[in-house]
Amino acid sequence: MSDQANEIRETIFSTLRAALPQDRPLSDSTHIIEDLGLDSVAVMDFVMEIEDKLDITVPLDKIAEVVTLGDLIATVQRLKQAA
Amino acid sequence: MALLDKYAPVAEQYRQLELAGANPFNVTFDEVLSPTEALIAGRKTLLLGTNNYLGLTYDPAVVEAAVAATRAAGTGTTGSRIANGSYGGHKRLEAALAEFYGRRHGLVFSTGYQANLGIISALAGKGDHLLLDADSHASIYDGSRLGYAQVTRFRHNSPDDLANRLRRLADEPGDKVIIVEGIYSMLGDTAPLREFAAVKREYGAYLVVDEAHSLGVLGETGRGLAEREGVEADVDFIVGTFSKSLGGVGGFCVTDMEGADILRVVSRPYMFTASLPPGVIAATEAALHELRAQPELQARLNANALRLYRGLEALGFALGPEPSPVVSAIMPSPEAAFGFWAALLEAGLYTNVSLPPATPKGLALLRSSVSAAHTPAQIDRAVALFAEVGQALGLLAGAPGLAAAR
Ligand SMILES: Cc1ncc(COP(=O)(O)O)c(C=O)c1O
Repeated sequence: MSDQANEIRETIFSTLRAALPQDRPLSDSTHIIEDLGLDSVAVMDFVMEIEDKLDITVPLDKIAEVVTLGDLIATVQRLKQAA
Repeated sequence: MALLDKYAPVAEQYRQLELAGANPFNVTFDEVLSPTEALIAGRKTLLLGTNNYLGLTYDPAVVEAAVAATRAAGTGTTGSRIANGSYGGHKRLEAALAEFYGRRHGLVFSTGYQANLGIISALAGKGDHLLLDADSHASIYDGSRLGYAQVTRFRHNSPDDLANRLRRLADEPGDKVIIVEGIYSMLGDTAPLREFAAVKREYGAYLVVDEAHSLGVLGETGRGLAEREGVEADVDFIVGTFSKSLGGVGGFCVTDMEGADILRVVSRPYMFTASLPPGVIAATEAALHELRAQPELQARLNANALRLYRGLEALGFALGPEPSPVVSAIMPSPEAAFGFWAALLEAGLYTNVSLPPATPKGLALLRSSVSAAHTPAQIDRAVALFAEVGQALGLLAGAPGLAAAR
């Protein structure tokens, strides 16, 4: 696993911990909607935080494809490399 | 596993509301008496959740226009304007809207929802970019999924965040189209349109403003927020609806854009649906006429809005950030919103419940909308009922402040 992926994972997990009302175990296989109980707008709000921290844009159709935190890390990594 | 099992959690919540005998999502008006009163469950009820901003639904001239057009041209058009032809009324209404806004083109759609679908999907296609305010109405989000453009969401009412996102997209090819609303339907707040217009100019983007809740409400002649802020020249497309201030149903777009008529044959939500019936078209044209002929309606509406906002504010409710005809009280939880709503209805006052994800920031809202047709006494009665119910439910002092809820 590259340093960049680890860094992105750390950013995503810490942002999520700050946004969630309760502490929940987080891993690459965590389902964002089913396991974390976020609705569609809450997911978009959370991705917005990530966008600002990493100075990238995650288009909504890319968010729609994301199911697990691992998917999100991979998507963000691809966008970061393309930027 | 049955087809609809995926909705089991929502179905259970819905069932609980039905069991409690108070489901805000399943209300029937047994009889509508006026723009401000109806019979609900046999009880005469004061309506404070209708979006009937100017109270024109019973205006004699509007009703007469609908009746006369129905007698003359029939109940429906039985087809789409592209496949089955336009009626004279469609053209006249489009001309009247264009003239009202001082624009070259007017297009009428069958609903406000479809106007957003039709305009947004047609303006931005594959390779283009849509930039949506985070608190956009569902029809704007849905329109953005219909047209294959890349969609970026910016922070609600933040020109800086919009500029930041346009900066990131600066080297990407494709047109950039920004969409904001005049008055946001959930909290009643307005967009900082002058700042958005400046960002639009800086980055060479296009600007669409949905004036669904601001037509007839803002601006010297009632054209909406763009008029009030003096930035109409920067707004490339105005979208709106006939279903609120104009008291009917339908949607529209006006623009000065060269060649805009081509939208009629590239916009699927314009083409592939039946056009509005003659009665609706004639009523809308008459309502637009009344809106212009009676500026006192806007003045009365805004006085009522301020009266309700100040009244609820004085009781200690956490409200949206500015007075507007949409007045939403922020509730500590969906359960509190349901309980408050049901108790108000029981006491003879009809309001709305709005919940996430339709609301911003996960807020549970008890939403009211004011009409020019309300008397000050009706507004005062509504405030008194909020006080009574809030007291009884212990939700007066306990409601969290807007800042805290965010
Ligand atoms: C901002 C906004 N745009 C569009 C619409 C859709 O309008 P209509 O209900 O007339 O289809 C609404 C309201 O429903 C709205 O609040």
